[in-house]
Amino acid sequence: MASVTQMSMVFDDDSSAAWNEMFSAPGSPRPIYERLFAELNRYQLAELRQRSEQLSHTFSERGVTFAHSGEERPFPLDVVPRLIGAMEWDLLSRAIGQRVHALEAFLADIYGDGRIFAEHVIPRSVVTSSPHFCRPAFAVDPPNGVRITVAGIDLVRDEVGNFRVLEDNVRIPSGVSYVIENRRAMTQTFASLFSDHRVHPVDSYPAHLFAALRAAAPLNVSDPVVVVLSPGVHNAAYFEHVLLARMMGVELVEGRDLLCRSNLVYSRTTNGERPVHVIYRRVDDDWLDPLQFRSDSIIGVVGLVNCARAGNVVISNGIGNGVADDKLVYTYVPEFIRFYLSEEPLIENVETYRLEDDDVREEVLKSLASYVVKPVDGSGGKGIIIGPRADEKTLAKAAEAVAAAPRNWIAQRPVMLSTHPTLVDEGVSPRHIDLRPFAINDGEEVWVLPGGLTRVALGEGELVVNSSRGGGSKDTWVLNDESMPLRESRVATAQRQRNVSYGPRQDGNVGRGDQ
Amino acid sequence: MLSRLAESLYWIGRYIERADDTARIVDSYVHRMVEDPFNDEDATCRSLYSILGIDVESDEPVTTVEMLQHIVYDADNPNSIAGSLSGAFENARRSREFISSEMWVALNSTRNRLPQMENTARRLGPSQYLLFVRERAALLAGLTDATLSHDDGWHFLVLGRSIERIDMTARLLRGRVLSEEHAPDWLAFLRACGAMEAFMRSTSEIHDANGVAAFLLLDRLFPRSVLYSLNRADTCLYEIQPSSQRIASADVARQSLARARGRLEFMDLAELLGQLPELLEMLEETCVRINNAVTDRFFRHEDYVVWSREGGL
Repeated sequence: MASVTQMSMVFDDDSSAAWNEMFSAPGSPRPIYERLFAELNRYQLAELRQRSEQLSHTFSERGVTFAHSGEERPFPLDVVPRLIGAMEWDLLSRAIGQRVHALEAFLADIYGDGRIFAEHVIPRSVVTSSPHFCRPAFAVDPPNGVRITVAGIDLVRDEVGNFRVLEDNVRIPSGVSYVIENRRAMTQTFASLFSDHRVHPVDSYPAHLFAALRAAAPLNVSDPVVVVLSPGVHNAAYFEHVLLARMMGVELVEGRDLLCRSNLVYSRTTNGERPVHVIYRRVDDDWLDPLQFRSDSIIGVVGLVNCARAGNVVISNGIGNGVADDKLVYTYVPEFIRFYLSEEPLIENVETYRLEDDDVREEVLKSLASYVVKPVDGSGGKGIIIGPRADEKTLAKAAEAVAAAPRNWIAQRPVMLSTHPTLVDEGVSPRHIDLRPFAINDGEEVWVLPGGLTRVALGEGELVVNSSRGGGSKDTWVLNDESMPLRESRVATAQRQRNVSYGPRQDGNVGRGDQ
Repeated sequence: MLSRLAESLYWIGRYIERADDTARIVDSYVHRMVEDPFNDEDATCRSLYSILGIDVESDEPVTTVEMLQHIVYDADNPNSIAGSLSGAFENARRSREFISSEMWVALNSTRNRLPQMENTARRLGPSQYLLFVRERAALLAGLTDATLSHDDGWHFLVLGRSIERIDMTARLLRGRVLSEEHAPDWLAFLRACGAMEAFMRSTSEIHDANGVAAFLLLDRLFPRSVLYSLNRADTCLYEIQPSSQRIASADVARQSLARARGRLEFMDLAELLGQLPELLEMLEETCVRINNAVTDRFFRHEDYVVWSREGGL
């Protein structure tokens, strides 16, 4: 328990085997954290709590919420920010760019010529048996070749401090609104911390997204109309849909606001029908178009996929992207990088075992308690079984499920996620975290938002970090390279004569009045 | 703009105004009950119910506490103050990308603070609560005018506000027509509309009932008068119509609005009190007609369509 006792703040020791982001040894912060550590040490715990309350007050006033079991709650934001150095960030952003390029090439290939099957890099059956493989996606050709406008690549740091990719999200990754709102709330509450650090700003995300969406427009449109398609106010991420629409200055539509006629898409306005060219959709494939997917969808747009096929509208992210999120396909991504880009992966996957292979499966089933077992199409931590933490019954059930349908499961080495000091009820204590950086592909290059969403599991020892599991988040600071010179920013200070008018203030005292 | 969005904005305007006006009306009735030693609580509450268009089925005497619960705090009643504010909030959620973030924060924090205000009001009486609602309505109106572009969306919002104001002012006056002995007096009405000083300054004649009614209905310059709101609504309708028609306006809403305005503008002031019941009836009908016309013309959107497969598969 005891740590930096001479200081007013107490950081609880990290006893686990995990990599501690802030400390290299108890009481000695890593170099990039030195200033933050010194600054935080000046606070009393009570003061930190006060600021924490201020943060959550800001969030409830601004309505920064997510729906948790049917209830709108403020998204918990931790007061201790997570720092990433310039060098490390450079590697991460290149690695994410590499991964997005490889996944783009993969999707274009499988919904096209299938070169990768001919070269036996991945069996065709793995792709076609994926629950998100989508035949209607054939012949929907994005004009600028972009299917993954937005990607969220989940990263974790392992026990020895290396980042690894945990999963890819190239369908409708969410969470970026919290990155933007977290930063806004933190700058209001901890202005002094920011003046000590040179932190990359995050508010250019909507502008990048908007530019990428416009770049994705159909070929014959000079001034494309972009809309954000949301399932509606009851969606857990509705707040994010609103924020993005508002910050891009585009309309937020629901399925019933759109209609398709002669393969053209229109929105219903007070002034009649208005054409729409690019749809940034936040509706899953399954619900997007009752003619192609689930016919019982009432939040979709009838005929939308045909319009996309005719090349009159661009659906972004593309339909059928879910194959790339499939966790069995994930195990092949390093191969994709070698095959399509002729490069070596800059960040490795977590060690993962393909259970369709009889020998592997036998090996895994023998000692299931030492693996993490995940469903291939799960998201939000659903269905994950952490072997070392599971009881006999759960393990037996998992073994049964794996044996029955090995295609639907993967096994991974349990990675001890890195920990970060976090303000919890007991004090400032290490909690496990991950990182979801957001990347935008505009067809020319992949831009990665500096930082991303650091999610933190608030329960002690809890390894599943997900907002749908009651997790919180941290503001994530990518620091500028210290050796870079400051930008010249001296404003001309010559005093300008100020033309300020004053009215009468006191009796007999006109103009500037009191001296 | 999107029809669905326009509809939300129109209703934000209506609901905020409804909360504001209801707070003003309730305040004047509560005052009357406190000040009048011969007051009949049941009859006064019933009179208030009837001008707000609420049916009372039970024959049990209505108490002030019940009345306040129903008209002020009950969020499930769309006509109550809490219900109106929650309606405004729900519509703001649906149009959150359009309204300014300052408006959103103002509405959201109003909603967050309401339960606490209610607790206090139940202990100390409703006047702080009613004041809070009026202040928040003023804040929201100010932010609407100062932080939104005065484009179609703003016009829809102001249209909603104006229609609701006409309707509520007409209802307020109906209190006198319906049951004179249970309604606040004319000067209390002026206070409820925040119109006391404006009225006093507008005329040097004796302040009689006719004068007050004329002021609240026909004053061209006071922003809560019916005529002022009619003109405002007409401007909004003119601005949001798709294109100007050179000969006749086929706009049903503007037609019924113009008829109401003509009736008011060219009437003999001496007969005002006598014609009041009929005039107020006409105004309420006009509001309904305009509302329906605007809904038909601008807010038409498909309801959810459910597709089903035919035959086997």
